[in-house]
Amino acid sequence: MATTDIAPQGTGGQLGRKRIVNDMSIQVATVNGSGSQSSNTVLLRAIFQMGVPISGKNLFPSNIAGLPTWYTIRANKDGYIGRKKEIDFLVAMNAETAQDDVMSLAAGASVLYDEPLGLDKLRNDLIFYSVPYDKLVAAVCPEAKLRKLVKNMVYVGVVAQLLEIEMGEVEKAIRKQFAAKVKAANLNLAAAQAGFDYAKASLQKRGAFYIERMNKTAGKIIIDGNSAAALGCMFAGCTVVTWYPITPSSSLVETMIDYMKDYRIGPDGKATFAIVQAEDELAAIGMVIGAGWAGARSMTATAGPGISLMAEFAGLAYYAEIPGVIWDIQRVGPSTGLPTRTSQGDILCTAFLSHGDTKHIMLIPNSAAECFSMASDAFNLAEQFQTLVFVMSDLDLGMNNWMSDPFEYPTTPIKRGKVLDKADLEKLGGFARYRDLDGDGVGYRTLPGTEHPAAAYFTRGSGHNDKSNYSERPDDYENNMERLNRKFETARSFVPRPEILKGEKAKIGIIAYGTSHWGIIESRDQLRNEYAIETDYLRLRAYPFTREVHDFIEQHERVYVVEQNRDAQMLTLLKLDLKPELTTRLRSISHLDGLPLDARSVTDELSTMEGK
Amino acid sequence: MATTPTAEPKSNRIGLSVIDYKGGKTTLCAGCGHNAISERIIEAMYDMGVQPERVAKLSGIGCSSKSPAYFMNRSHSFNSVHGRMPSVATGAMLANRNLIALGVSGDGDTASIGIGQFVHLMRRNLPMIYIIEDNGVYGLTKGQFSATADLGSKLKSGVINDLPPIDTCGLAIELGATFVGRSFSGDKRQLSTMLKAAIAHHGTVMLDVVSPCVTFNDHEGSTKSYKYVKDHEETLQEMSFVPHFEEIDVEYDPGTTVNVTMHDGSSLRLRKLEEDYDPTNRIAAMTRLSQAHEHGEVLTGVFYVNTKAPSFLDMLNMVDQPLATLPESVTRPGKAALEAAMEELR
Repeated sequence: MATTDIAPQGTGGQLGRKRIVNDMSIQVATVNGSGSQSSNTVLLRAIFQMGVPISGKNLFPSNIAGLPTWYTIRANKDGYIGRKKEIDFLVAMNAETAQDDVMSLAAGASVLYDEPLGLDKLRNDLIFYSVPYDKLVAAVCPEAKLRKLVKNMVYVGVVAQLLEIEMGEVEKAIRKQFAAKVKAANLNLAAAQAGFDYAKASLQKRGAFYIERMNKTAGKIIIDGNSAAALGCMFAGCTVVTWYPITPSSSLVETMIDYMKDYRIGPDGKATFAIVQAEDELAAIGMVIGAGWAGARSMTATAGPGISLMAEFAGLAYYAEIPGVIWDIQRVGPSTGLPTRTSQGDILCTAFLSHGDTKHIMLIPNSAAECFSMASDAFNLAEQFQTLVFVMSDLDLGMNNWMSDPFEYPTTPIKRGKVLDKADLEKLGGFARYRDLDGDGVGYRTLPGTEHPAAAYFTRGSGHNDKSNYSERPDDYENNMERLNRKFETARSFVPRPEILKGEKAKIGIIAYGTSHWGIIESRDQLRNEYAIETDYLRLRAYPFTREVHDFIEQHERVYVVEQNRDAQMLTLLKLDLKPELTTRLRSISHLDGLPLDARSVTDELSTMEGK
Repeated sequence: MATTPTAEPKSNRIGLSVIDYKGGKTTLCAGCGHNAISERIIEAMYDMGVQPERVAKLSGIGCSSKSPAYFMNRSHSFNSVHGRMPSVATGAMLANRNLIALGVSGDGDTASIGIGQFVHLMRRNLPMIYIIEDNGVYGLTKGQFSATADLGSKLKSGVINDLPPIDTCGLAIELGATFVGRSFSGDKRQLSTMLKAAIAHHGTVMLDVVSPCVTFNDHEGSTKSYKYVKDHEETLQEMSFVPHFEEIDVEYDPGTTVNVTMHDGSSLRLRKLEEDYDPTNRIAAMTRLSQAHEHGEVLTGVFYVNTKAPSFLDMLNMVDQPLATLPESVTRPGKAALEAAMEELR
């Protein structure tokens, strides 16, 4: 039922009869730095406030002002909020890209354009609406220098009128967007109203797309993954944040600074945290490790190039067994790659980051809610296992707007792991830092500053015995390596378990992770409805892999591993973990154009591979 | 039980004996200047009555960076990665502001691979003592020049250094360190006094201690040999130190002696050997260092002290209790906070 009422689109002339409700993607093409973000957010919120599930994705250049940028809003009554490949409604505000934008549309789409662009001459299979923006904005905005910023709000009014979005909701969204700035809110509202009035008086609706009020967003929030992570880290009791600005992770820490100022300043006006902008990623991770060693809950946020720079320290932390949390907001790289495009390209290098035998715990959130909840998981695991934990988000999750249920207050207490204090040492008399007393591979540590003569130990890399004394003895090295492996094996049963969506009889399995989830859930419905292909689905949430992952592969004849990188990185990791006879069941579907994964690409490729 | 009374072992003001400040047996070469520096650290910590458990020893990689294993076994220590001890020290001090951070680095660890982190440590004025055990060569990799080697200095193999040295003291002063000096591992009295003043200071202390490498850089033609330093040392001041817990019983002549009152109330007395040298004047300090280079002097002394500048930890406005041990009730805001944050996003 989900997709059957989306009839194939005909040409412009025939569309008047059809009515496609709450199922469309709207793309706004503007210029970076033109103030379009406010307009886009208002449009997104107005639809959301009408109860329609939405997502908003910003496709932006590595640039501050002047280059083209596209914002895509998807509204979908069935809750599919992954990227949709096709654009149904184009708002063409950028002269530079307008021609290409129009030419790339499928027949039947609608185009709203600035009158002087004259786009209606380009094709005869689209629906065109022209708007004299400059004239409309001049009438409501006497101050010439503000007009450029307000102009974009005009299209919000036009779109609202054409799609039947309620102006009351537009006003509410504008008031929220400009909050205390009443004058700005009024000006923008006037601009939106001017657009609405113009459309009502001068444009004749011909397209099939409509927004109708429904009830699927009540109580929900809109948030980007980085802000969710920032909140999560604050509620996880993080005390030290050290960072170096890098797209797309910077907003995580910048948002966290705001939240920490709001909620983590004591009654005496003093901070229960320290946030330090380091000189580079080498220093950022060094500070995380120094702070983790001395007992703080410390973290950094970075992206691929930063991960590369952190490699040596990551290895030291693995061997010296120091907790810390690293958020990797994955993007395309390195250097002047595509820093503003999304990717899942850091999986393999992060799993084994550094030289020698190293392996790291990775958590992989798929949603804003998991960015929030996995923050607590990450800090608890880092301290429980005295090791770095990497949270593998990506640009699509981190920087785009996602609809979410409100976050649940953490129910798991903050767990500081095996730390001996003065009283413990008085009872024990002493301790051996790296001795495996409990059989889980995890030793007991003390913090610098612990007031007991036996508290101190000497922290160094891999060359030590279980008392942390320097040793080059072969047996000491080997024993230590085996214990570290035991610790990693223990972690398998403590990391977040996968999410499994499973029927009774599917022979085909899909494994995916992170933001690919949103394309996968939609693709599974497409595969069922269009090709009669039944699939089961396992969403990985962590590395090392848990038992369920092995079982899932064992239960299916073929397992498609869908990921947003070229080299099937997660599939490679799975192969290392699986029994040899199971590895032949894995098939790779890779998506690597820098855009968020869309359902149609997966459906096309999987159905082809299945011979359909 | 023995019935004959034995003499109480000598102890310091907190009741610890010098043994409580000892470390493991050194594995550095016999005669290495670094061992003498370790001895001076032990003495200074003992004399100042520093609780060893409050000290965090930090180092990078190299001969110098091994030395924290040879003093103060009752202090936590972290032998980190090459050139990046400053960031580890910064993190540790963020986590626990009550620690006394003592960093030991070398000229290779600081002035080459570590120059990036070094300069940023200096400009933050993080409370810590940063010692460079400076011998002008890489010891552990067998004698290559480092970036503090002087122009024209000669390696054993006959290779001549043809690049100018980095003056770590000049850099430190320029960038914001608030206690900067140079000493010589062979000058017990001066180094010991400087270390005690360093312990009393709140801010970044940068001490460049020339510490000859007896194996790779103590020959004729080297400018970091014992002989060369003894022949070319110019001392800025004669110094003495009166800790805050001792009564000041010696008057000084303000005309010839500069008295610096340290953060903890101790006094550093610098009797001027050069007229009008004012260790609180940054520009004069940098000028004097440049002159020393021109004249081929190994200038030692306290070049610069500033007891007024806020430290990095002061600027962060943190709670008094170490962040490391704050309880959940303080670090996890209540449910109302989450509800308020959610409401803003609806």
